[in-house]
Amino acid sequence: MLNGIRGIGRRVVDGVWRMGVATRFFLLTLLHSGQSFRRFHLIIREVFSAGVLSLIIILVSGLFVGMVLGLQGYETLQTYGSEEALGVLVSLSLVRELGPVVAALLFASRAGSAITAEIGLMKATEQIAAMEMMAVDPIARVVAPRFWGAVISMPLLAALFSAMGILGGYLVGVVLIGVDEGSFWSQMQAAVDFKEDILNGVIKSVVFGIAVTAIALFEGYDAPPTAEGVSRATTRTVVTSSLAILGLDFILTAFMFRGV
Amino acid sequence: MSDNLIEIRDLSFAYSDRMVLKGINLTARRGQVIAIMGNSGCGKTTLLRLIGGALRPTHGLLMVNGVDMGQIDQDGLYGLRRRMGMLFQFGALFTDMSVAENVAFQLREHTDLPEEMIRDLVLMKLNAVGLRGAQDLMPSELSGGMARRVALARSIALDPALVLYDEPFAGLDPIALGVTGNLIRRLTDTLGMTSVVVTHDVQESLKIVDYVYFVSEGVIVAQGTPAEIKASDLAYVHQFVHGEEDGPVPFHYPAPPYSADLELRPC
Repeated sequence: MLNGIRGIGRRVVDGVWRMGVATRFFLLTLLHSGQSFRRFHLIIREVFSAGVLSLIIILVSGLFVGMVLGLQGYETLQTYGSEEALGVLVSLSLVRELGPVVAALLFASRAGSAITAEIGLMKATEQIAAMEMMAVDPIARVVAPRFWGAVISMPLLAALFSAMGILGGYLVGVVLIGVDEGSFWSQMQAAVDFKEDILNGVIKSVVFGIAVTAIALFEGYDAPPTAEGVSRATTRTVVTSSLAILGLDFILTAFMFRGV
Repeated sequence: MSDNLIEIRDLSFAYSDRMVLKGINLTARRGQVIAIMGNSGCGKTTLLRLIGGALRPTHGLLMVNGVDMGQIDQDGLYGLRRRMGMLFQFGALFTDMSVAENVAFQLREHTDLPEEMIRDLVLMKLNAVGLRGAQDLMPSELSGGMARRVALARSIALDPALVLYDEPFAGLDPIALGVTGNLIRRLTDTLGMTSVVVTHDVQESLKIVDYVYFVSEGVIVAQGTPAEIKASDLAYVHQFVHGEEDGPVPFHYPAPPYSADLELRPC
């Protein structure tokens, strides 16, 4: 009984301790970001590995999600005789919600896990220790460029996801089913507001990008330097980031779209 | 400038409440190659990490190049490390960079030298370890011995005063073993640096070092020149140098009596 309570206490203390370490790590990353921006080629490289290499999965998924939205949306809208509003349904669903959220979930599994595994393995093979011994701060050289590379990539990927989704919705709705093309685009143009919809979508994707990347970097840096440690850290990155994305999405949506 | 690059007096170190090193006294004169030997888990790697500033002494004095490592701050440590190289057990090469980029890493990070000069310096360092022709290879394309030599070239990129070697001979074939050993000696002599080699490879290291410290269970149990070590009749040193199975370092991990474990009853 007493041991059980002690165990709970220890877990809570460990959890709070880890949160503290993660916060300190995040602040140190921000503090050391100046050097990354002065040597921008380091960030560009990370934009390539986190962003460009995630393009295929993001574009293909976006296309399919948009096609499904087109099909499902048409089914529902035609019941009310308003299938011309398909463009509005597809675009608002994507720009406000599905674009940032699904792209971030895919980003967490593709780029987040890669970042954790890479940094975890760098630690396990003593590359991080070697860098410290060479008087080079690994947070400034390894962590900060990856952070900014991924944070810059995330909104761009979300935008491409939404664009592909709209194309998918167009292909199914207009080309395949035969919804009026003029109505599809003009209603979409009239209904989508730049500030309310697009800007809020971009804000969401930036926040998700920060959350996923911070989690991925910390898990990699904190991973025990063994094969098992790195594998567990990679799993934790995907699970924690996915939960963080969905939780943050609810909070952000509650603030952004209040039906006014 | 003191003649001793490393000076350790009555040094102790503990991980939380577990004492790892007790009352260590050690000196390394400039230009010397010294070896710290002992069986696995005796505390020799901890001693190397203390010298490199990755750990702080719990008690005692540790001076490296005239700097007290117990009092040094982060900036001071990074300043000192620019004059220090380290060869890790398996090289620890950056896997996303080519051989030449690995060697150029510190030059690019710590100097403003033009690219042409960095290229020339890299080629000189790689030539010193015989791998100029491998400059464009990636670490995954190198054998264990080659990776160790590239790491050696990288550790001397800034012409350090001190190079630390963590098990430089582990996992090498006999040819690579001899090559690595000779390189450590030759580079120490030609570059005028000091080398500290942590190893359990007795035969190879006795060929190249000037002085040996034997560590067992956190204390220095023997020291001397290679000739003195070879002639030593101290039981621990004798067992270690001749690779005997049993001795002060027992073959068996502490265990209850064999008969008790097998549950044998006296007849």
